[in-house]
Amino acid sequence: MDLFFFLVFAAIALISAINVVLQKHPIASALSLIGVMGAIAVLYLLLGAEFIAMAQIIVYAGAVMVLFIFVIMLLNAGAEERRGRSWTSQLLGVPALLAFIGLIGLFVQQGFANAGYVKFGNFSGGSAESVGLALFTDYLLPFEVTSVLILIAILGAIVLARKEMN
Amino acid sequence: MEFIVITLIKTAIIAFVLLTVLAYLQWVERKVIAHVQVRMGPSRVGPHGLLQPLADVIKLITKEGVMPPHVNAFFYLLAPFLAVFMALISISVIPFGTQVTIGRWTTQMQLTDVNVGLLVILAISSMGVYGIALAGWSSNNKYALLGGLRSSAQMISYELPMSLAIASPLLIAGSLSLREIVNSQAGYNFGILPKWAVFAGPFPQIFSFIIFMIAAFAETNRIPFDLPEAENELVAGFHVEYSSMTFAAFFMAEYANMVTVCSIATLLFLGGWHPLWPVEYGSNFAAPMILAISGAICVYHGLNPARPFDRYTLPAFGVVFFGLAGLMLFPPLVPVLMPLFWFLAKCGFLLFVFVWIRATLPRFRYDQLMSFAWKGLFPAALLNLLITGFLVALTS
Repeated sequence: MDLFFFLVFAAIALISAINVVLQKHPIASALSLIGVMGAIAVLYLLLGAEFIAMAQIIVYAGAVMVLFIFVIMLLNAGAEERRGRSWTSQLLGVPALLAFIGLIGLFVQQGFANAGYVKFGNFSGGSAESVGLALFTDYLLPFEVTSVLILIAILGAIVLARKEMN
Repeated sequence: MEFIVITLIKTAIIAFVLLTVLAYLQWVERKVIAHVQVRMGPSRVGPHGLLQPLADVIKLITKEGVMPPHVNAFFYLLAPFLAVFMALISISVIPFGTQVTIGRWTTQMQLTDVNVGLLVILAISSMGVYGIALAGWSSNNKYALLGGLRSSAQMISYELPMSLAIASPLLIAGSLSLREIVNSQAGYNFGILPKWAVFAGPFPQIFSFIIFMIAAFAETNRIPFDLPEAENELVAGFHVEYSSMTFAAFFMAEYANMVTVCSIATLLFLGGWHPLWPVEYGSNFAAPMILAISGAICVYHGLNPARPFDRYTLPAFGVVFFGLAGLMLFPPLVPVLMPLFWFLAKCGFLLFVFVWIRATLPRFRYDQLMSFAWKGLFPAALLNLLITGFLVALTS
């Protein structure tokens, strides 16, 4: 049963991800990206990380992508036109893709040679409580640094968006 | 196998009840607003207009669905589907009461009890904006686009104070499962004052409750925050190009969102199905009393009718009310019906407040809406969360 759901949602994630690139209209691409986020959230859920799955939907599919869609709608971006591809991309596109896949394969084989198969629902550190504990004990410094980073980003956005005060 | 059958039966019951409630909520809204404005409201179809929702549904189904030629057809048809799907699906994690035992089967009065129930609701409600935004954009109409834009901006802004207001009762309850949140509010202070989150120590959550309700009005696009469909500026806003069933889908989504939001407020702040005063002081007799009084009023007005047909309709309602009151007193049913009654009573009161406010308040201006969210509600919610967190940390 778990394997069946994994295959279904992994397929949805992959198809949506390819669709993001193939679609010509920005809104259609953005919606495919939401599909990717949702399918990945289901994969987290299958692994037993229910808090992370919900956070994935709330933050990425709910907040970030709403902003994407908002901006696309605000700019009223039309469908992109198909331009002739440059000779470098025609020549190097497929070899570069193959090289990239090969690199990932090599990395996985070198780094995780002894890794076992994934067992669904075997992961127990996914509840809200354990995530909170990990954030405020083991990963306190990265967590606080991230919050400072976000604060800097907010200040930067205010400075950029503020009208000139005369 | 048993589990699947029981779940299917529960799903069918909940779906039927929810859809009926949605249809009749509109009747209640029209009646209440009419009485606020000293009118009669719907009164032609059936006694007191009670068959009006049925007539409306038939009208909406049989009307011709017009699709304008200039729309983006795929997204135009996807949008109402998304809106209604996201609105209806969140009911699946909401608990209505305690357990039901029929023969050897025991089941919770809830479709599924997930241990991150509240986060599921937040996730679904944050996805709900796509239906409206897509409807506005795909209609290819400037009024609709403005409605969709307003809606997404408004939802992003009000989601912040809403989430912060939800976070503070969670600190007291210490769980994300809706059932456990309700169970943590059982019991009474001084033997009489319920330990609901709005009254609970160390810091009563009355401010989070108010902030949550204000944000809920904005999230469900209701007056005074119904800027996405402001009639006098945007004709009908995001659903201006929709007709027939697609229009009905948006309508249904709005009411379903109202029901969800009121249920969440009941579960988080008003103690879910726990009664207002202890059972020792007779809280189990409140429901039969109210129903019996309603029945008596109906019979009295039926004997002194204001309109000729009241002679027959009102005593019939009276008998129904008396029957329900008797059912509530039937001992084997009391442990099932009483939690359900208290949950529905609180939820129904909040829904009434929604309608009441629609009949009372005018619409905000758009800049007022935004500055109210960011300069008023958001700092208030943040301060409330800080004080709650501080006091919970001190007392635990």
